[in-house]
Amino acid sequence: MIYREAGQFKTSYPADRAIFPIVQDRYFVAAIALAAFVAVPLLASEYWLVTIMLPFLVLSLAAIGLNILTGYAGLLSLGTGGFMACGAFAAYKLSTAFPELHIIGVFALSGVITAGVGVVFGIPSLRIKGFYLAVATLASQFFLVWLFNKLPWFTNYSPSGVISAPPRALFGDVFVTGSSATPEAKYLFALTAVCVLALLAKNMVRGNIGRKWMAIRDMDIAAEIIGIPMLRTKLLAFAISSFYIGVAGAMWAFIYTSSVEALAFGIERSFQVLFIIIIGGLGSILGSFLGAAFIVLLPILLSNAPQLIGLQIPVDMVTHLEFMIFGALIILFLIVEPHGLARLWSIAKEKLRLWPFPH
Amino acid sequence: MEFLQAVFVDPFVSIYEYPLFFIEVLIGGLLTGVMYSLVALGFVLIFKASGVFNFAQGAMVLFAALTLVGLMEYGLPLWAALIITVGIMVLLALVIERVVLRPLVNQEHIILFMATIGITFFLDGFGQMIWGSDVKLLDVGIPQDPIEIKGVLINKFDIWAAVIAGMLVMLLAVFFQRTRVGRALRAVADDHQAAMSVGIPLKTIWAIVWSVAGIVGLVAGIIWGSKLGVQFSLALIALKALPVLILGGFTSVPGAIIGGLIIGAGEKVAEVFWGSAFGGAIEDWFAYMLALVFLVFRPQGLFGEKIIERV
Amino acid sequence: MAERRFGEVILAVQDISLSFGGVKALTSVSFEIREHEIRAIIGPNGAGKSSMLNVINGFYHPQEGSITYKGVTRSRMHPHHAASHGIARTFQNIALFRGMSTLDNIMTGRVHKMKANVLMQALYWPARREEVENREFVEHIIDFLEIQAIRKTPVGRLPYGMQKRVELGRALAAEPDLLLLDEPMAGMNLEEKEDMCRFVLDVTEEFGTTIALIEHDMGVVMDISDRVVVLDYGEKLADGVPAEVREDQAVVDAYLGVAHD
Repeated sequence: MIYREAGQFKTSYPADRAIFPIVQDRYFVAAIALAAFVAVPLLASEYWLVTIMLPFLVLSLAAIGLNILTGYAGLLSLGTGGFMACGAFAAYKLSTAFPELHIIGVFALSGVITAGVGVVFGIPSLRIKGFYLAVATLASQFFLVWLFNKLPWFTNYSPSGVISAPPRALFGDVFVTGSSATPEAKYLFALTAVCVLALLAKNMVRGNIGRKWMAIRDMDIAAEIIGIPMLRTKLLAFAISSFYIGVAGAMWAFIYTSSVEALAFGIERSFQVLFIIIIGGLGSILGSFLGAAFIVLLPILLSNAPQLIGLQIPVDMVTHLEFMIFGALIILFLIVEPHGLARLWSIAKEKLRLWPFPH
Repeated sequence: MEFLQAVFVDPFVSIYEYPLFFIEVLIGGLLTGVMYSLVALGFVLIFKASGVFNFAQGAMVLFAALTLVGLMEYGLPLWAALIITVGIMVLLALVIERVVLRPLVNQEHIILFMATIGITFFLDGFGQMIWGSDVKLLDVGIPQDPIEIKGVLINKFDIWAAVIAGMLVMLLAVFFQRTRVGRALRAVADDHQAAMSVGIPLKTIWAIVWSVAGIVGLVAGIIWGSKLGVQFSLALIALKALPVLILGGFTSVPGAIIGGLIIGAGEKVAEVFWGSAFGGAIEDWFAYMLALVFLVFRPQGLFGEKIIERV
Repeated sequence: MAERRFGEVILAVQDISLSFGGVKALTSVSFEIREHEIRAIIGPNGAGKSSMLNVINGFYHPQEGSITYKGVTRSRMHPHHAASHGIARTFQNIALFRGMSTLDNIMTGRVHKMKANVLMQALYWPARREEVENREFVEHIIDFLEIQAIRKTPVGRLPYGMQKRVELGRALAAEPDLLLLDEPMAGMNLEEKEDMCRFVLDVTEEFGTTIALIEHDMGVVMDISDRVVVLDYGEKLADGVPAEVREDQAVVDAYLGVAHD
């Protein structure tokens, strides 16, 4: 009864283009934002902030990046892990080579560097598509991770290959990276960064560039004939996508794990982010968040649920179960709802709009 | 300067100085390539008949090998374990056709591809849940000792692997060219709709093709498993079959074989003679980079047909 | 119908030959299109009509011949160049972006009019005015084609006739000087055909757009086109006003299937 748009008329095109055109949605989003920025840091335990909220935020950001490339521009990539590693190591090199550089500058620049690398690996996308491109992106995955593992320059000649992220402050002595920063500070910094970047991404995908990407995704030949420049638009998708993924990689190393290691960005990471966007919804910014929440929460649920009902399952069994459940879910989602959780959410809203009188 | 010498001079010098060693490396690489080809062959079969890029082929190799070893650990003789495993692979094909392919028929190829990634994860988890995740030794009686031919050391096992692979390919060729089912398969590969309209049952064909791919996976699993032990990393090695496909083209059986040989030999030679210049372990990415470079110049593969786009 | 005045030659193709492998699709075809006219290209199946359109907008590259567009002669067009210099088209098999709404599909026709870079778009406000201006133009087209009700519907869910109309809208959004229509009425029922005829005639009248169209329905072609060029087996058979072409013996033979000997 409350969720109604009757009587809300849009009188201008900007109003019609708003991200949340319905008043109730705006209240809802305001409530979520309030909860995220105020209630969570006040109420959540350190465990929740560090092991759930931080990976959730970082993976959401990576998923937005991959969604731009795969969900919007239709270019399938299995190289997400490699690009995250690129962002992480770029941030490490930048912050150690230029200790004066502000942390926001470090993250932004590591995104830009990753964007450059992404463009290089995106060049073959002009001539190849679909599975061929997916295999080509595997090259970036394996090559980049190998590169960071093998060349000691990237780890500043650390003997173990594992290095801890340098602590950096946002202003004064409010540290937001490294192991000495408080979970609350890390969380609020990550949340702000992810929210701002998500908003920018939303603006892009609802604007002219977003339409160009979707046009290429839906029918590339027609897109070319109506005059969308193929190479430039595809490379732009690679650049923007890699920027987001690079920043996500830098945040993973600097904020979430506080250590920089190439092993964290193996092929499994690429699949994880791909699963997020399939489950959350291809071509949806909201879906990137929903999918990330799902992927982060499911393993925790799986390892805790059996104990709650008094069952004891060995750890490796849980890992295998996780594999099976993810696999089955992917298939289920592709069959039942290829647009993922985001689509289910909008169907629910549609129902709610009509409830309780469906006619 | 040092680096340039290590890349452009030293490897050729050592090849020139130790030709026998080079030949050994080359043959070892070619025989590894045979095994890549075996995995790639499974991909090609399914892609030809159903247009599905089956990412799960590697998982099928692992699953088949795990099942075989698991059954043998229960004390079954090899022949019984083999028969049961073949049965399970056929059953798996039927289930995949019914549960995954049929509901997704007429979906975009990329969706089907992602569904096979789902199958991959399910199978990897399922296989290890039933049979455990520790490394298992598989011994089907293939000799492992090296022999010397004209000064070149070759492992007997590799020769056996090549012979088995060759026999399998010939068997498949006969199956495709001479049997009724084989003809139907080729018809489906050429044009789904036309094949359906002359009364070829698409669903049966798909089930058969996935079964055959499962059996090819079993053979690959036996050979890989005997060499390296049956373990999770088998599924990852199967990823190497992907660049093989890029080289050979997705629809070409000879392409899969030659592509496998090129990748196998290429990455071994590169690793042994050039690896140290780059810091080692270039095997990890060499195949993919080779494929990437190849893609830029010849996107349709060695044997693929050039695609004419129409509107 | 108000008398339209034809202008200069906007596009001329000279001795165009195109082949795929050994198969000849077009053999030494020449004709011209004048400003503001409706030029029909007709012919039996496989006559090379679609290939001709593909040559004009640069999707196919002819082996021989040249194309003169707006006074500039080239041996071949490039799709991107054609699109940015005022050639828009629709397709025989609808080539809409299925995942996007009607509005977004038509907006893609405006890509050449929108200059804001990615950063401006990401920040939203710098690109807002441009977006709104183009939206206003697109809304005119939506009104013109009477598709207001399906503005936000994904085009994949629309019936065939509506999709054809949206595709016309996307082409019109580019404000083309030359509009290529590849069988705009194929597969339509009588009512839909009449609607489409009306739109085609209104387009030339309201916007002064030059139209080259391929059509199978001879009745439609003779009614709405100013001049007709007839192709058969990739060669030009006849060229002239509808009344002339109708009387041409070679054309009649081609359509009635007289044995070629």
